Amino acid sequence: MENFIVIYQALPFLLQGIITTLGLVLSALFLGFIIAVPFSVGQVYGSFWIKKLIGIYVWFFRGLPILVLLFLFYYGLFNMIGLNLSAFMAAVLVLGLRSSAYQAQIFRGSIQSLGQGQMLAAQSLGMSKWKAIWNIIVPQALRISIPGWSNEYPAMLTESAVTYAIGVMEVLTRGNFIASRTYRPMPIYLTCAIIFLILSYSGMKILHVLETKVRIPGFEE
Amino acid sequence: MKKRKELILQIKNIHKSFGENEVLKGISFDVFKGETKVIIGPSGMGKSTLLRCINQLTIPEQGSIWLRDQEVTHHNVREMNRFRQKIGMVFQDFNLFDHLNAIRNVEIALIKVKGMKKDEARDKGMQELKKVGLGKQALLYPAELSGGQKQRVSIARALAMDPEVMLFDEPTSALDPELIGEVLGVMQKLAKEGMTMVVVTHEMGFARSVADEIIFLEKGRLLESGPPGKLFYQPKYQRTKKFLFKLTELYGDIDGEKT
Repeated sequence: MENFIVIYQALPFLLQGIITTLGLVLSALFLGFIIAVPFSVGQVYGSFWIKKLIGIYVWFFRGLPILVLLFLFYYGLFNMIGLNLSAFMAAVLVLGLRSSAYQAQIFRGSIQSLGQGQMLAAQSLGMSKWKAIWNIIVPQALRISIPGWSNEYPAMLTESAVTYAIGVMEVLTRGNFIASRTYRPMPIYLTCAIIFLILSYSGMKILHVLETKVRIPGFEE
Repeated sequence: MKKRKELILQIKNIHKSFGENEVLKGISFDVFKGETKVIIGPSGMGKSTLLRCINQLTIPEQGSIWLRDQEVTHHNVREMNRFRQKIGMVFQDFNLFDHLNAIRNVEIALIKVKGMKKDEARDKGMQELKKVGLGKQALLYPAELSGGQKQRVSIARALAMDPEVMLFDEPTSALDPELIGEVLGVMQKLAKEGMTMVVVTHEMGFARSVADEIIFLEKGRLLESGPPGKLFYQPKYQRTKKFLFKLTELYGDIDGEKT
């Protein structure tokens, strides 16, 4: 019974963390998306050096543990260049950049799966390469990407809890705070876990609706 | 039908290699207004490459292409895009834009390349779709169309740009036999209406009845060319005779029927 009282008292404080967690996840996914689209195009259609540079970028952000990236940027780089960011903003940037590396790989795969014919057909009609990429290649590649991209959301959601390490006030940080005060880790962390599971489930549902909405008629599921 | 000899397309001494392999070793011919040229020859001998050199999807190493009195080759990218609008192309595997329905496939280049207004482009697109007999299928997506219908949409898409000349790269090779007729029918109609066409095909019935001239490419060279009657009955080379005999055996005789 006492456990329920602890949860009941902690709940408002924990639920506020949802705003931070969702804000962090959605902003980072969005930032990642904005970077990943041009980068994936660059990886397929760019010059030798553009491909090389993007390759290094992707390698860097996928190759380092997320904690190393967070510390490196938040305590290291941002301090060094005198960029005074809140822990939340720093987390958005780091998670966003990291996600962009993963998303770029998803989109690149989709672009490559389209085959050369689409580009040739567009060019044969007088479209420039960039018009063809924007009007023909990218819209198709993004649709194809949705199932693979859907993994980015739960991945980012679970990863976001790591920002506890730099003190972002998301769900886990708040849970930790209460658990250490009440000495009741089990009910508190269980509540955190349930919050994460609900967020993950509802997000996947929304993505699935999106997927059916933009599906191209006639294609099999 | 009497032809005004108005020169539309000149292919001059085109050379193209892929690595060590020289697939085109100096091809030259002229195409006049309203003429249908059919290019035949063994597979892998550069027929498709030659078509792609004409609209610069493949850049030849040597030689030049002329559209009327303007050189198509040796231009910057912007100029190239301008020329490609005037040279329609139909691909073996259709290459329709899969995320767009039939009418959007036809109108997208009108809007994005020619800068036409949307309703204007829609009217023009519908007109072209009706011309290939697909007015009713305008809202269907490529995955909902048969192969023959897809190819007809792709013909409409190319025609919408009002090209000076149409290139067909084995337009029926990816089709089931019973669907070939509808595509050839559209092409035949186009030829009759005076469209200038360069067609790579193995359909000898079509070549026999529609071509003004047949060009036989072999080993990267133009071995022989002439009107169908001459090539079929009095070819200069034994090689031509043999090849035509094989094609006829495989794809049907000169009246388009299987022997």
